[in-house]
Amino acid sequence: MDDLYRELILDHYKNPHKKGLISPADIDYEEDNPVCGDHLHLTIQLDENNRVKDVGWEGEGCAISQASASMLYESLIGKTLDEIRSISKDEILEMLGIELGPVRLKCALLSLKVLKAGAYGLHEWPGEEE
Amino acid sequence: MNSFDTPLDVEAIRKDFPVLHQEVQPGIPLIYLDNGATSQKPSTVIETMNDYYRRYNANVHRGIHKLSEEATFAYEGARKKIQQFINAGSSREVIYTRGTTESINLVAHSWGRTNLKPGDVVISTEMEHHANIVPWQILAQQIGFTIKYIPVTEDGFLNLNAFRAMLDEHVKLVTVMHVSNVLGTINPIKEIGQAAHSVGALLLVDGAQSVPHLSIDVQDLDCDFFAFSSHKMLGPTGVGILYGKKEHLEAMPPFMGGGDMIKRVTLQGSQWNDLPWKFEAGTPSIAEAIGLGAAVDYLNEVGMGKIHAHEMALTGYALERLSEMPGVRVLGPSDPSQKGGIAAMILEDAHAHDIAEILNRYGIAIRAGHHCAMPLHQRYEVAASARASFYLYNTFDEIDRLIDALYKVKETFAV
Repeated sequence: MDDLYRELILDHYKNPHKKGLISPADIDYEEDNPVCGDHLHLTIQLDENNRVKDVGWEGEGCAISQASASMLYESLIGKTLDEIRSISKDEILEMLGIELGPVRLKCALLSLKVLKAGAYGLHEWPGEEE
Repeated sequence: MNSFDTPLDVEAIRKDFPVLHQEVQPGIPLIYLDNGATSQKPSTVIETMNDYYRRYNANVHRGIHKLSEEATFAYEGARKKIQQFINAGSSREVIYTRGTTESINLVAHSWGRTNLKPGDVVISTEMEHHANIVPWQILAQQIGFTIKYIPVTEDGFLNLNAFRAMLDEHVKLVTVMHVSNVLGTINPIKEIGQAAHSVGALLLVDGAQSVPHLSIDVQDLDCDFFAFSSHKMLGPTGVGILYGKKEHLEAMPPFMGGGDMIKRVTLQGSQWNDLPWKFEAGTPSIAEAIGLGAAVDYLNEVGMGKIHAHEMALTGYALERLSEMPGVRVLGPSDPSQKGGIAAMILEDAHAHDIAEILNRYGIAIRAGHHCAMPLHQRYEVAASARASFYLYNTFDEIDRLIDALYKVKETFAV
């Protein structure tokens, strides 16, 4: 019926990839979106070169937030921490392939916010950094 | 419109609400089902407030001049209308606040700080809005009393046996919502109050979701405090009411200090003003208070009994249609006579935010989330719900459109 709920989003929402926490984890972080209560918990294992060996996550929320987590977190495998740091808001939106208003933007970006907070202690919303 | 039984001439009522006559997108009219969050305003309320600003804007209780007299007369006149609307014994027991939240905080700060001590117990409920949980948690941290919560049953009622088992001489306050903003449950306030009073505890009622929809008699309810907001009952934002029994209000210290709440100030100390002004420091929301008076006039003219009957018919119809839909769960009582005009839904396949998003495309405004009742959602082990809430201007046709749109949501997520 529309672009927002395109098949790719619904696929990831219904069958999320890499769901389930992993242990032991080098990065372990969870956070809520205070606006709507959506929740994400991310665990990452690194190899000796600081490259992502494996990821696992748990979460609850709307289709946009959960599909975004599924796509983003799966794509981390094989990337270095430096490469991950440069992932931008626009890359997330491109990956999702949808246009979003200001409220739903937060749904889409919670996954990246949790990633950057867990990996680098960056707590600003992506795109709103100082 | 479908020909269902309602005592209201809804088409005539809708003409009084300018905001309802719009298309949210070309060809898609607004269907406003978010009345639990805030209600729309009739022209009389908007015009009454404009009239104050255009014709007699002045501060109250201060000037000798004509405009100030007129403003004071209108401001105090609205208080009398509100007093009669809730059948308070005296207009001195009707205090203007900024809303339900401030009313409850007033009681917590003024009555709570004076009367609660370590070892005491305050009883609230699992279904409360955050506004009736957090002020008590803040105070409990400072004073060291205990908060107990009346549990909620699976079908959305307070467990009164569990409540009675909590009662002893340590309980100083029972604070409970009249109508749940999620479940819609109408709580048995008189029964709860009698039990509270039997151990010497006071009763505070959060009436935010009841005053707009039910005929209220605070003396019959025999509550010690009753809090509500203007904006959910056709009035403006920024004003609300705390009703309190005179004996308590007289004994309580002021909440905020400043102008208007004093009789005499010296550098050594001050003497408090009489009720209700003792609790109204600073310039109040004058236009808003007068606007609330106009909202009360409007509700009286339509009739609270008819409004309740209309909402019960709408809710009954909505619950019936929703029960025919597979994979839908509605929180709270299933009998519309036991609840206000609220249907909080959980769909098997779609998260509440996605429901709200898709409904918005059909012009339908509902609320998605925890509705400021996170503990209640935790109790039902759901993160969020999608809430449709009705008022006097809603129609059966709008409920049909809501149901149609919910089927679209199900289609979208039935991949």
